Amino acid sequence: MADKRLGLDELIGELSSGMTIGIGGWGSRRKPMAAIRAILRSDLTDLTVVSYGGPDVGLLCAAGKVKKAVYGFVTLDSIPTDPHFKAARQNGAIEAMEVDEGMFYVGLLAASQRVPFLPTRAGLGSDVLRFNPSIKTVISPYDDGEELVAMPALRLDAAIVHVNRADAKGTGQILGPDPFFDEIFLGAADRRFMTTERLIGTDRFSSEGPIQTMSISRLLTDGVVETPNGAHFTACVPDYPRDEAFQKAYVAAAGDPDQWASFVERYLAVEEPGYQSAVKEFAADWAQQRVAGDDAPSKEIVK
Amino acid sequence: MSVSPAQTDEITRPEYCAIACAEVFRGDGEIMASAFGTAPAIGARLARLTFSPDLVLTDGDAALVEGAPPIGAAPDSLVLESHMPYRKVFDVVWSGRRNLIMMASQIDRTGNQNISAIGDWSRPKAQLVGVRGAPGNTVNHSTSYWVPNHSKRSFVEHVDVVCGVGYERAAAAGPAGSRFHEIRHVISNLGVFDFETPDKVMRIRSLHPGVTIDEVIDATGFELAMSDQVPDTRLPTPEELELIRTVLDPRSLRDREVKP
Repeated sequence: MADKRLGLDELIGELSSGMTIGIGGWGSRRKPMAAIRAILRSDLTDLTVVSYGGPDVGLLCAAGKVKKAVYGFVTLDSIPTDPHFKAARQNGAIEAMEVDEGMFYVGLLAASQRVPFLPTRAGLGSDVLRFNPSIKTVISPYDDGEELVAMPALRLDAAIVHVNRADAKGTGQILGPDPFFDEIFLGAADRRFMTTERLIGTDRFSSEGPIQTMSISRLLTDGVVETPNGAHFTACVPDYPRDEAFQKAYVAAAGDPDQWASFVERYLAVEEPGYQSAVKEFAADWAQQRVAGDDAPSKEIVK
Repeated sequence: MSVSPAQTDEITRPEYCAIACAEVFRGDGEIMASAFGTAPAIGARLARLTFSPDLVLTDGDAALVEGAPPIGAAPDSLVLESHMPYRKVFDVVWSGRRNLIMMASQIDRTGNQNISAIGDWSRPKAQLVGVRGAPGNTVNHSTSYWVPNHSKRSFVEHVDVVCGVGYERAAAAGPAGSRFHEIRHVISNLGVFDFETPDKVMRIRSLHPGVTIDEVIDATGFELAMSDQVPDTRLPTPEELELIRTVLDPRSLRDREVKP
């Protein structure tokens, strides 16, 4: 039986510059952030990022890793937009393919089913077709003759998702209420990677949750990496909620070049264990400030 | 439960907005009601508790909920009735069994809506959240819009990016685009608008009491259609007022969205 366990560095070694990479999760929820941070530290560049976008897209933009973003939205959920993505778009630093979030789903589905496109009503009449002239329409060959959007397959060179539990053979268990589109991201990709809060024995899955939670079969994965707290600061319920205080600090730091440089130095220029201990310090500082009656993290914390 | 005439006299603007949002769901049967913003959230729940009892509401996460919980209710206080992750939300959207009130950063005369970007899309002055599901929603099921700050910046002649599809665009896309398309109402802090004119352009449907026609015209970046007699937005019934104030929004979150 194949042992698919990898280290973060080995995962990064499987990727190369210029690739089209799909990232699982949704907005600021269950994002493979430890893997994103590893990409930030690597010399990978010129990436096309395909994502129901959150801070994954923002951070990759901030580090200059993104050539093109494919998305229906980029949001931090509790904060409407990501500041780095916003800046990258407004500065013309990245190419963009912005599509309806349902078209995005259909595009991944087409790729996972190995067909060139799938028809959908979504997109008709909107500027999505005007800004993406490569997306064509198709006329139904049946009596209705309807002209629908022919959403092209969003084929991925690689996909990375983050799950609550996994085993060494590459089966994934999602314990939160929404599996999002992770399975389809993996199905659409040539190289399929999964990070997980905790690696467990296959015989332990059933004590963690019912059969429906074991939603990612090993048919869909090539490598699995254990990254505890690896979705931080996005939500990974039921293991942990979004770290709202940290997310606010991320947004605040993005607004000022000096603060951002400090944020990078403290959180992103370090290996994953360094990140995790800096996050613990942040949490302790923030808890102390709350006791002192200040609800918002101060600028000092970011530094 | 009754409300005295004195209280009725003090019906606030946010309460008229909530009633106007509830009216969007009148006549809907067993479909999924989705509502973004405070007044729409109160309105959908109010409709569910009164004249549209078969509506199904969501918990804003991955489930359908029983009944009509107060806005801002703690997640562990909800009674869940069905699993509704995003993948299944698309099944519902594409089946048409949904009625939606979305927000609009910009809306125009023929009902196009923009939440993607301000300025030239290829290099925007301001990147907003993105088109999200607006293109697919509008060609699959009835959609309405909520604009809590009616101004010439939000009610514009032409939106910068067509996300939600208006009547002219839907018609131009052919039968597949217009078959299930309906922009029902646009509700703002000033009044209610619809597209019930021969050429499907925005019309004043009602004004919230205390708002003048001139006030609306001054705050709108295009010519609005209107009949000779523009009615007031209807009064809430005493029962509805009681539901809004004591059951659905006891903390008056509605007053943070629109000035009472």
